[in-house]
Amino acid sequence: MHPAFSVIFLTTLIGVGQGLFLALFTVESYAAFGLLPPQEGRFYAIGSAVALGFLVAGLIASFFHLGHPERAWRSAAKWRTSWLSREVIVLPAFMGTVLLYGAAHCTGFNPVLAQLPSGAPVNVTAMLGVAGTVLAFALFVCTGMIYACLRFLQEWHTPLTVVNYTLLGGASGFVLATALSASMAPGVTGFLGGWAMILTLLALVGRVATLLRNARLRPKSTLRTAIGVKHPRIVQKAQGAMGGSFNTREFFHGRTGVFLRQVKWLFLLLAFVLPMGLLAGGTTGGSGALLLAAFAVQYLGLLAERWFFFAQANHPQNLYYQAVS
Amino acid sequence: MTQLALVIDLNVCVGCHACVTSCKEWNTSGQAGPLTDFNPYGADPTGTFFNRVQTFEVGEFPNTETVHFPKSCLHCEEPPCVPVCPTGASYKRKEDGIVLVDYDKCIGCKYCSWACPYGAREIDEKQKVMKKCTLCVDRIYDKSLPERDRKPSCVLACPTSARLFGDVHDPESEVSKAIRESGGYQLMPEWGTQPANHYLPRRKTKLRIHEDELVRADNPLKIEGRLPKPAMTEPSLDDVTSW
Repeated sequence: MHPAFSVIFLTTLIGVGQGLFLALFTVESYAAFGLLPPQEGRFYAIGSAVALGFLVAGLIASFFHLGHPERAWRSAAKWRTSWLSREVIVLPAFMGTVLLYGAAHCTGFNPVLAQLPSGAPVNVTAMLGVAGTVLAFALFVCTGMIYACLRFLQEWHTPLTVVNYTLLGGASGFVLATALSASMAPGVTGFLGGWAMILTLLALVGRVATLLRNARLRPKSTLRTAIGVKHPRIVQKAQGAMGGSFNTREFFHGRTGVFLRQVKWLFLLLAFVLPMGLLAGGTTGGSGALLLAAFAVQYLGLLAERWFFFAQANHPQNLYYQAVS
Repeated sequence: MTQLALVIDLNVCVGCHACVTSCKEWNTSGQAGPLTDFNPYGADPTGTFFNRVQTFEVGEFPNTETVHFPKSCLHCEEPPCVPVCPTGASYKRKEDGIVLVDYDKCIGCKYCSWACPYGAREIDEKQKVMKKCTLCVDRIYDKSLPERDRKPSCVLACPTSARLFGDVHDPESEVSKAIRESGGYQLMPEWGTQPANHYLPRRKTKLRIHEDELVRADNPLKIEGRLPKPAMTEPSLDDVTSW
């Protein structure tokens, strides 16, 4: 497939936003049960604002993928069948919840709604946090399923696609939360940094599992099934047009196999190996700059990862477009 | 239930591209609006087509065979492009099974083109909406056309009659008979899309001539050798006969 930068930015940016929100609410939940020192509302409010910024940036990026962005409102119509439609509904719902969550912390409006048997209070931000968590995971599933549901794009048609979107988004969000906490809530930096490392490691496992799986894939469609001629040797001589077309541009990345392999090693290095080192250095030294660098490097790595994710998928329609003249 | 479709006979397609040009002409000037071309006379032309004829070489020299292969939207009975469309612009008509795009609803997200394993959908780079073969839906129901012209323009243009058009759910239709009798098949059956369009395979045709077929059977006396042969100077049949 041809990687579109609008979609690369959409999926990576909203992943950061979702992960960051999950990190914030994880801290709040732990603090509610007394497992972490309570943090002031400013940490959650600024954190939510940053998360919202990433979500809005992702939403804006998504519009560049559309031929008719002014009709984008129509895309919520087919939520019964289309994962894209479901994503279009869940994304604004999640953004609204993050906004309310941040606003509640910012204004200090946080009445206790109920009391758990253990004595822990259930307040407004906790309810918003639970709703946001559900929506964040729903959004990961929607985004991943947009690709995983296309059964003949065999590289994508696996539950690992959804798992990777979740883990990669979660990891980048937790790394950013660690960097934010270094200046505003140093008491939880170690906790967040630990989770960031665990999630980065899990994401690495998931991504490598996908790479191994895809390396062993055998294409189900061949030229024989594509044109229905049962001969072992079929060669295309003409694709029906001398110039290029939508079919030759949209479904091929236009790069060499060597370039593809280089991007693979690059993203493994940038998204997983380097951030792990920077995280380890940043959390032990309490250095906000190192942690911010960890996030920046990992985000660059995720851009490369997403580029590779699209480029690696081999669409069966390419079987029909292999030779000019 | 009706399922209109094309049946394409690869045995007689000669790869002349008449269907491509006729399709382009009809659908760029018909009710569907333009099918945009960019840089048509330049070095790198590109444009939107509903129908393309591709050429494949089968076998190894010297035992090769050229297969001309016309490809357009197959109007699948389980179209994977329809459920993924977020706006409902892509739909399959209940009454005749034609898969169509509502250009006014399409947001140009290209998701349906990703979902089609055949590459049958192409975005119009100018209008920014997804387009595809409509089976000339604006021709086949047009009562102002004579009955024999109510067919897709590619079918009418084909000089070898390689393209048949009709209802593949009606067992008595011309297309159903052709599929039955010539071993019609579907493309990429492994994905369960059940394309309505079918292809008829290449067939070996052999002509065996027996010696007695070369000799006139109504010439029992075998006197052909003794037919009169007039001299060169004598008037020929042309000189004495007024046609």
